[in-house]
Amino acid sequence: MHITLNGEAVDIAEGSTVAGLLEHLQLPRERVAVEVNLDIVPKAAYDGHGLSEGDRVEVVHFVGGG
Amino acid sequence: MTIKNDTWMIAGREFTSRLMVGTGKYASFQQTAEALAASGAEIITVAVRRVNLDRSKESLLDYIDPKKYTLLPNTAGCYTADDAVRTCRLAREAGMSDFVKLEVLGDEKTLFPDNEELLKAARILVKEGFTVLPYTSDDVIMCRKLEDIGCAAVMPLGAPIGSGLGIRNPYNIRIILETVKIPVIVDAGVGSASDAAVAMELGCAGVLMNTAIAGAQDPIAMARAMKLAVEAGRLSYKAGRIPRKLYANASSPLDGMI
Repeated sequence: MHITLNGEAVDIAEGSTVAGLLEHLQLPRERVAVEVNLDIVPKAAYDGHGLSEGDRVEVVHFVGGG
Repeated sequence: MTIKNDTWMIAGREFTSRLMVGTGKYASFQQTAEALAASGAEIITVAVRRVNLDRSKESLLDYIDPKKYTLLPNTAGCYTADDAVRTCRLAREAGMSDFVKLEVLGDEKTLFPDNEELLKAARILVKEGFTVLPYTSDDVIMCRKLEDIGCAAVMPLGAPIGSGLGIRNPYNIRIILETVKIPVIVDAGVGSASDAAVAMELGCAGVLMNTAIAGAQDPIAMARAMKLAVEAGRLSYKAGRIPRKLYANASSPLDGMI
């Protein structure tokens, strides 16, 4: 199925969860924040939060800034 | 008086260093880490951005231990209250801390704050339990309003972000210091160590800078210079300077002249 991840169209397996997506991206969950369709997904909910066709997902982290 | 017992508080948290530094614009993460260490800063700002989907690149937190520093995520690049609030909520989730440096910009050329949007965002964030440190203009009334809303500090600019022009209106900073009870931190505009010392001599609780260090020819040396300047300025403020006089006042006694 297709989702939009950080503005890019990507193909992920049916039944993927937020936790699965982060694992696939090799991103440690303690260092990121995830938004699905503009709602923040709490870290504790990553395992249970399934993704659906057309979801708009944002994964952010801290970068250098002033 | 020693500088060691001169700690300060933001929202119930105690800090020793009065120099806060940004982590942007360094040549490498290694240089960032070295400059931070040389600055002695305990609070460092970071930005919130999309992760790079190509994980071959390293990230800031591979070099900086978040347990060693208090991370202060900013809302740099946000031009509306809505965007800034959204960024703060993401920052809290990413960093598991309520501290945010709130900036809502009004103009790309000056990067001056849009104070109307800033107040709007600050109200929402304070209500949601954030510890809000707002970047604002050197405007006394704005600072008073931000304090009334419940911000933990006010961070008036000394000059435009990255300009290095120093404290352009020290009199406004003085009036702000007399007006609000929360910590006043000069944020933006510092170019050299003497600028940082001026901010501290005015009585500010701290100084926040990024470009002045990261953009220096030797950022590590400048980080140390800023650390010393902030300490010197603070000590000078606490020591109490002599009044300015128009005419001379001899240092050597006249008695015993040959």
